[in-house]
Amino acid sequence: MTVGKKLWAIIIIKIFIIFAILRLFFFPDFLNSKSDTDEGKGEYVREQLINRN
Amino acid sequence: MIDQIDLSMVDWARAQFALTAIYHWLFVPLTLGLSFLVAIMETIYVKTGNPEWKKITKFWMILFGINFAIGIATGIILEFQFGTNWSNYSWFVGDIFGAPLAIEGIMAFFLESTFIAIMFFGWNKVSKGFHLTASWLTAIGASLSALWILVANAWMQSPTGMEFNPNTARNEMVDFWAILFSPMAYNKFLHTISNGYVIGAIFVIGISSWFLLKKRHILMAKRSILVAAIFGLITSIFLAVTGDGSAYTVAQNQPMKLAAMEGLYKGKAKAGLIVFGILNPDKKPGDRENSFLVKLEIPSLLSILGWHNADAFVPGVEDIVNGGYKPWFENIPEEEKEMAYSVAQKIEKGKLAISALRDYKTATRAGDSILAKISQRKLEQNFNYFGYGYLNNPESVIPNIPLTFYSFHIMVILGAFFFLLFILVLYFVSKNKIEKKRWLLHISLWTIPLAYIASQAGWVVAEVGRQPWVIQDLLPTVAAVSMIDTNSIRITFWIFAGLFTALLIAEVMIMVRQIKIGPKEGGIK
Repeated sequence: MTVGKKLWAIIIIKIFIIFAILRLFFFPDFLNSKSDTDEGKGEYVREQLINRN
Repeated sequence: MIDQIDLSMVDWARAQFALTAIYHWLFVPLTLGLSFLVAIMETIYVKTGNPEWKKITKFWMILFGINFAIGIATGIILEFQFGTNWSNYSWFVGDIFGAPLAIEGIMAFFLESTFIAIMFFGWNKVSKGFHLTASWLTAIGASLSALWILVANAWMQSPTGMEFNPNTARNEMVDFWAILFSPMAYNKFLHTISNGYVIGAIFVIGISSWFLLKKRHILMAKRSILVAAIFGLITSIFLAVTGDGSAYTVAQNQPMKLAAMEGLYKGKAKAGLIVFGILNPDKKPGDRENSFLVKLEIPSLLSILGWHNADAFVPGVEDIVNGGYKPWFENIPEEEKEMAYSVAQKIEKGKLAISALRDYKTATRAGDSILAKISQRKLEQNFNYFGYGYLNNPESVIPNIPLTFYSFHIMVILGAFFFLLFILVLYFVSKNKIEKKRWLLHISLWTIPLAYIASQAGWVVAEVGRQPWVIQDLLPTVAAVSMIDTNSIRITFWIFAGLFTALLIAEVMIMVRQIKIGPKEGGIK
């Protein structure tokens, strides 16, 4: 196996793990779970900033 | 509510970010440095037409390719973490972080990817000149794509060019150029990329030294060492100059970080620079213990480097906590120009800012425009201290002093050592005596891991030294983190640790195998 093929294999496996496993199952956008709109997300964060002190 | 935040969650989120950034930064600097060395070597090939230089170029290009392929996309995980673990922060920074990262993505994709493809697969398919142009554009593109993430990082260390919008709870960019050209940004960018160039030079010298020790590919090794030593010497001077610039901007913007870097508990005028020191582990801020067990200090040098004035007063950790001194640094709110506030006063002002945000929200909901205006004014007046409102006690602004101090001194001492190494190597290679100096060849080979240690130590200084802040003075980690389950962060931490360790092992194994094969006519197939 030449080094190029090995590198392509590593790149493809790595990209698959990062995007198809980690991104989908472990790294959801947290604010999307709070609101579908920018207004709602802003409101959630503002509440957090006000109430965390 | 801050009492309900699980501090172990904050620590795990920080640890995960640190782990990812550390591993990511193992791959990036070699890409930055080796890409330029390859472009320089190819330039010599094109100028001389000597096929030996083509062979040399191709050999280092393969190692560059291995590092690039294994390192690619490791940084994207940091962006995942922003959205999941640090959602308050991600929202709060608004387009200030988003815009540079978007530019970085476009730049990295179009410039680097396009020209890297030509660089690797374009031999014999495009003209020599076109291929050389692609190699140079790959090198320039790699450094430019680093620019944007470093601009974003610099903004977090010294926020500027923005206004906080209380309606959206976001900072909005009002002056792109102030963000791009802030002294923190350009010093950080230049210092970081020159660090990558120095690592590239040390890598080439180290691997070439191994060939000389093994008495293999002697001509290639000596020519590579010559190019890398000249490049390393020039860039290490640049590294020192930009390091001085970085220290100056830290002095002007982050006095607590500077105090931690120097283990300075009690401030003084004509402050000396610690060349070497062992901190007293029993020392606590405010007690009468000595800060150091042993120290070697150059008088007044810290005042000169930090303020360009030997008489300048350098505030120590205790001064910054207690306030009441006249600050020399530039980036300080107008009201503190004559006398610095204590952290306790800043906490009060931070709480005022947060309560003003609450009042603003209540007033706008009730349609009370007068109260909304008054609250907004109060928020603006105290916004410089916004983040202090989340701190429970004044001592929480003190970062980990031993970690910051030792990391800084390891970085500086190793930086000076690299400079001397480049001079020695250049001297002996130009006298054609390098292969007889086996001690120097051994040192050069073992300097490769030291270069990475110095580089990581630099990031530890930059990031640990600014704790507890995610955004200096505006947002501490406890306010920036998402309210998520600690276990989920813990699980992904170990997944990353496994994934990155596997990648690192793969990189080292493939690299070592390729180095043992040595240069030959073919490229990556």
